[in-house]
Amino acid sequence: MTLEARQVAWRRGGVLVVDGVSLHPARGATVGLLGPNGSGKSSLLRLLAGAVRPDEGAVALDGVPLRSVPRRDVARAVAVVSQHADTEVDLCVRDVVRLGRHPHRGLLGGDPGRDDAAVDAALAHTGLTDRAERKWHTLSGGERQRAQIARALAQEPRELLLDEPTNHLDIHHQLELLQLVARLPVTSVVALHDLNLAAMFCDQLVVLTAGRVVAAGTPAEVLTAELVARVYGVRARVRTEDDGRTSVLFEPGPVDAPAEPVPSA
Amino acid sequence: MLLLALGGLAALVLSVLATSALGPADVSLVVVRDVLLNHLGLADVPVRPAKDAIVWEERLPRALTAAACGAGLGICGVVMQALLRNPLADPFVLGISSGASTGAVVVGVLGLGGTALGLPGGAFVGALLAFGLVLLLARLAGGGTERVVLAGVAGTQLFSALTSAVIFAVADSDETRGVMFWLLGSLEGVRWHDVAVSSAVVVVGTAICWARAPALDAFAFGDEVAASLGIAVGRLRLLLLVLTALVTAALVSVAGAIGFVGLVLPHAARLLVGPGHVRLVPATALAGAVFMVWVDAVSRIAFAPTPLPVGVGTALIGVPAFVLVMLRRRRTL
Repeated sequence: MTLEARQVAWRRGGVLVVDGVSLHPARGATVGLLGPNGSGKSSLLRLLAGAVRPDEGAVALDGVPLRSVPRRDVARAVAVVSQHADTEVDLCVRDVVRLGRHPHRGLLGGDPGRDDAAVDAALAHTGLTDRAERKWHTLSGGERQRAQIARALAQEPRELLLDEPTNHLDIHHQLELLQLVARLPVTSVVALHDLNLAAMFCDQLVVLTAGRVVAAGTPAEVLTAELVARVYGVRARVRTEDDGRTSVLFEPGPVDAPAEPVPSA
Repeated sequence: MLLLALGGLAALVLSVLATSALGPADVSLVVVRDVLLNHLGLADVPVRPAKDAIVWEERLPRALTAAACGAGLGICGVVMQALLRNPLADPFVLGISSGASTGAVVVGVLGLGGTALGLPGGAFVGALLAFGLVLLLARLAGGGTERVVLAGVAGTQLFSALTSAVIFAVADSDETRGVMFWLLGSLEGVRWHDVAVSSAVVVVGTAICWARAPALDAFAFGDEVAASLGIAVGRLRLLLLVLTALVTAALVSVAGAIGFVGLVLPHAARLLVGPGHVRLVPATALAGAVFMVWVDAVSRIAFAPTPLPVGVGTALIGVPAFVLVMLRRRRTL
């Protein structure tokens, strides 16, 4: 149960961006969304978050269509970390994280004790406790992403949706951040570009092309040289490391088989 | 927090009383107190009728209206800066004050809408039209925070030109001078019914904004983050922007288009209490009220008996004050 997409389709400006996608993340799993630019990863996440409504199909939370669940209840169950969250407001890290408590406020405010506990826990989880008073504009890219994840955790969600959280981070911070996400006790759906990171940290992978699911399963099932050639138009060698991890090695030059033609919308 | 609020309130009350003692006619603070107590029915101290009239009929309503204007414009600035995510947003910069002026002038000078609409009604229609036009222009230009300010500049120019066109086409020279003076922001001749209109609108408006203060915080990272935190973004934005148009219109119809306060007071208040709106909304209202009471008093006295439009005073006094606050803040960082 929890959050799932059932045959959702979504058009933007008459173009089919998401085309009949179903997604049933297992509870507690980390699901990687893969696919080339414009394949519909971000749009699918926005559909899952309820930021936009599907034209066909439905996104359901605990079996109830998202549009009939009160916003606040959605926000208590599903948290979103978007790609470009920035602000000019002079907030410190703790202020940012405390925003996550908004869905838990009643008419007369929240429960201060519980709010503080949730904020402290979120800061600790993301390793930001000692940086809680730092100002947003002094943070590095990695710290900002972690602050946003902490804000999402302060919502105490069951589901976490992340859109390319490793964008603009160096490799150390990419690994650190995804390790953090994978360890979280929530169901996560993460849009990713890096196939190796996806293989390393995701339990399940879903590959989109032109808004459709073209492959789904464990990293070992999904990541094949054939799929990389077909979806990305890139030649690659895929091998299984000693620890059972799948890794992808890219090679220059054209692929033998042509990339799958994009269906005209 | 509580101490700050009480301190602010005390400062406001003292400012209103103190400025009521200032002016060409010699009235002492003791007389101001006596007049106030007499009219509240708490005392019966003999006061010369001329002094009573100056304090009760002129200076007190004027100071209270100034306070309402300062608080209301400050709140409008806070709300617009948060919702449009733009530190430059305020009713004056975005052309809403200009639209309200045009609406008021069309009703007042041309007589369109007449008594049914009245000056405040005309101002409200003008303010809403201006706001709608500016937001539409900004969206057509591709959205984004800079576009809103650009569209606001265009809107301000358009509505100022419309206002001038109406005045020069229709009004005679005396009327023109009067209207131009009012357009620059003027609290000349306000009476108790102006106090009632402006303070009622401002108190209700501030209360609504304060109730929504936590939601305003959530706009810091934009609409999608706010929506993901459970906020009905579209509905809240519509409610609060229409509210700011209403407050602006009410204040413009009483005191003309006063610039600067809505833009700068929220920033000054942020330096005092931080960016959280639960504190920022009341702090801006109080700071705006106190600021405006003193600016109006100075504008009224500086070149007495010739009054200075208060809009001129807000900028002449406000800009240096703000620069000072900014520089001090920089040193402490």
